[in-house]
Amino acid sequence: MNIHEYQAKEILRSHGVPVPEGYMCTSSACSRETARRLGEGPWVVKAQIHAGGRGKGGGVKLVRAPDEVRDVARDMLGMTLVTHQTGPEGKLVKRVLVEKGCNIARELYVSLLVDRKTSRVTLMASTEGGMDIEEVAAQTPEKIFFEQIDPLIGLSPFQGRNVAFSLGLEGKLVNKAVQLFEGLYRTFIDCDCSLVEVNPLVVTAEGDLLALDAKMGFDDNALYRQRAISDMRDYDEEDPHEVEASQHDLSYISLDGNIGCMVNGAGLAMATMDIIKHYGGNPANFLDVGGGATVERVTEAFKLILSDDKVKGIFVNIFGGIMKCDIIATGIVEAAKQVSLQVPLIVRLEGTNVAKGKEILAASGLDITVADGMADGAEKIVKAVSA
Amino acid sequence: MSILVNKDTKVITQGITGATGLFHAKAAREYGTQMVGGVTPGKGGTEIEGFPVFDTVRDAVKKTGANASVIFVPPPFAADAIMEAVDAGIEVVCCITEGVPVLDMVKVKQYMQGKKTRLIGPNCPGIITPGECKIGIMPGYIHKPGPVGVVSRSGTLTYEAVWQLTCMGIGQTTCIGIGGDPVNGTSHLDALQMFQEDPKTEAVIMIGEIGGTAEEEAALYAKAHMTKPVAAFIAGLTAPSGKRMGHAGAIISGGKGTAAEKIAVLEECGVSVAASPADMAQALLRIYKP
Repeated sequence: MNIHEYQAKEILRSHGVPVPEGYMCTSSACSRETARRLGEGPWVVKAQIHAGGRGKGGGVKLVRAPDEVRDVARDMLGMTLVTHQTGPEGKLVKRVLVEKGCNIARELYVSLLVDRKTSRVTLMASTEGGMDIEEVAAQTPEKIFFEQIDPLIGLSPFQGRNVAFSLGLEGKLVNKAVQLFEGLYRTFIDCDCSLVEVNPLVVTAEGDLLALDAKMGFDDNALYRQRAISDMRDYDEEDPHEVEASQHDLSYISLDGNIGCMVNGAGLAMATMDIIKHYGGNPANFLDVGGGATVERVTEAFKLILSDDKVKGIFVNIFGGIMKCDIIATGIVEAAKQVSLQVPLIVRLEGTNVAKGKEILAASGLDITVADGMADGAEKIVKAVSA
Repeated sequence: MSILVNKDTKVITQGITGATGLFHAKAAREYGTQMVGGVTPGKGGTEIEGFPVFDTVRDAVKKTGANASVIFVPPPFAADAIMEAVDAGIEVVCCITEGVPVLDMVKVKQYMQGKKTRLIGPNCPGIITPGECKIGIMPGYIHKPGPVGVVSRSGTLTYEAVWQLTCMGIGQTTCIGIGGDPVNGTSHLDALQMFQEDPKTEAVIMIGEIGGTAEEEAALYAKAHMTKPVAAFIAGLTAPSGKRMGHAGAIISGGKGTAAEKIAVLEECGVSVAASPADMAQALLRIYKP
């Protein structure tokens, strides 16, 4: 789960991480009022959407008069912001963050994430603030510094100093940085984060550190113990189909193609998308019905797939382990009847009770093509949608 | 021979009085696994479907001599259950539970340092040595004893590979589902190492997916240290960047951990990579004659 920048900054502030003073607004009048409240300008107006690259898309503006804050906010609210992370359709801006500007002397980068290799939370920092860290990693990896954090001890001050000195910080800034890193680490642990990224972390002309931008992601598995965080979820920022799917315990991601897929297991679901591509087709979605799919869930899955107008055919690929094929087949037949299926349906069943499952499909009287194996099914569906 | 589990392995189920735990404990027993009991705190001294129930893992080990455990407890309690099994000296712990918080697993990994326990999972189908011992949720009948080791992050894709092998008359030594979580007990590399050391395993199928660099590390190990042929499939060639595909592992960002990148490294290391998930067994047969 992701949250907005203004929410991330509130969380960081409450953990002692210095962030610019600012407030979230949903109207231009509020933005102007906020600018006045913040005191002397300049101010920064930032569009709040769940995507990076906002600056280049016109979603971040530096302004010098309160009236100008109002005008900029008015233009930004309601606009569709397109960045390299939103896709060509862009995202509607419903909120802006109005902040006090600052005098930037240096821009740095700092983040925390779980490193798979060491199974530890890792503090990562770079002198190249404001850049995509992937780009820095590819071009100048020597400018990135890491500290692996012992989960039982936490981030030790010496580790913070290691990073601070590597970043070229001096004097009082060193201890300020150590404290800031500790604040970030506490945030990461307290909130079950999957990512805390401050880019840029700025050194101001006055000699302070400030988290100028903040991005936070959370471990979905831990949301059950993070009520305050789950409440920050903004459904407007998510694909409506994906939200609908999550309410039925289905794992669904919409894609650009025209072949709807229903599969059990995430790995097999990905592999099914791959094999469709392999035979020249294009998947319309990733959909994992999970191991314990019921007739209801299969029906919901069908509805979801068909709610996408692009879908010209459906490929069901099930390897029934614990899930018995006859139960899946019954679910498919029920669902196909309920949604009065109009597009070709290819079903590949394998596993427990497969013969019984195929019988049920054949006896249903519905126009269902049974495939022998995954490759056969993929070939058949690709042919069916291109016909 | 096989790796980690065999006909002498004595298994307990942690969370045996839950519906899922009990269902799979019974299925394992029917398969021939020595399922010697279970643990549910507060229900010690009782019996369920012929399985003795204990309050603690330590108790269960003392009374049954169990050396393996399978965990079916809900996610908030899974990390604790793993550590309890480790503390009791269990040799192989298989955590089936899906949805364990990552930071819980970070602590578990630290706790396990220096201990002898091998953890498989979490969020995995389990481990099976065909004809001898089945620990987990995989359908037993698709397997067949034989010379090929199988290791995979994904459950259903493991079944797919195993079924392809079995249909061609090629059996398996041991099949391990290591799970799709970012922090887990056993890696692809660990599994390859064990298969290399197992005299009965003649070849290995490794199934990976996008995200991380575990498959690349395993491939480099295979190139440097393995005398046995390895075939592989990487799921997610067509997955869009930045989206999470069910498994936390299955996310790619900015070109790192893409399927194309992985496949290139694997092929460079002499691994036979299947172009399609329907050809995993075929890919192995290109470099291995049973």
